[in-house]
Amino acid sequence: MSALRRLLPPLVSGTLFGAGLTVGGMVNPQRVRHFLDLFGDWDPTLAFVMGGALIVMAFAWRIQRGMGRPVFAETWSLPDRTDLDGKLIAGAILFGIGWGIAGICPGPAVASLALVPAKVLPFIAAMIAGMALHYLTIERTKG
Amino acid sequence: MADQLGGLVGGVLIGLAGAIMLLGAGRIAGVSGIAARGLGLGGGTMSRSSAWMFLVGLPVGALVAALLGGKVGPLDYVPLPAVIVAGLLVGFGTRLGSGCTSGHGVCGVSRLSQRSLVATATFMASGIATVAILRAAGVAL
Repeated sequence: MSALRRLLPPLVSGTLFGAGLTVGGMVNPQRVRHFLDLFGDWDPTLAFVMGGALIVMAFAWRIQRGMGRPVFAETWSLPDRTDLDGKLIAGAILFGIGWGIAGICPGPAVASLALVPAKVLPFIAAMIAGMALHYLTIERTKG
Repeated sequence: MADQLGGLVGGVLIGLAGAIMLLGAGRIAGVSGIAARGLGLGGGTMSRSSAWMFLVGLPVGALVAALLGGKVGPLDYVPLPAVIVAGLLVGFGTRLGSGCTSGHGVCGVSRLSQRSLVATATFMASGIATVAILRAAGVAL
């Protein structure tokens, strides 16, 4: 498998992803916060984004089950954990708080670098610091 | 109505992005994991060059969509100190919880992964509670 063919799916995927986030309005933090504002001024747009993505992905998983291997890779590299642990829950709670405060999650943050770089850079810098903190304190120290 | 239609079209594009990563590379299109991987901060087994392809694609796609579609605003951000706190929580939380809205919320939920269903329900509830508390505290949204 040539390197070029291996790099093609992530490049195409990332580009479509960034376009989808922009078309869907996910790069607008206020829109995201208003989706989470269930008891106030609720904006349902994000539910349509999630719905559209989930329908397509559900088909993709059905196709995946019938394929021997990925088109541009030798093997599948998919998550196989099924257990629920404290880290999963605690991490999701912390992420939700940050998401609620700023209305930004990782995908829209990186996509926004092309739209409002100066505004989104502080968020990305803090996000990388948070990732580094996790890497240094938890990920690197485990088994 | 135009917003909802845009949301649906955007969602379909995001679904196609996830499908191409899944069927093309055999991987999950989870942005937090791929970002950590690209930066060398853990995040699994994807090659770092592949991770960077995806990460470069995100703003490129956003730019193309903005140029073709015109209006993307208003892009309203909360005050800087709040942005910093939120960024730290998002960065640490997504790594501790093994995913964010893309990996758990789109790829995992569509696969009916128990871990992703629980994580997504948890961060949705946590986000909704956070916004409700901010609203109750008199913070304008």
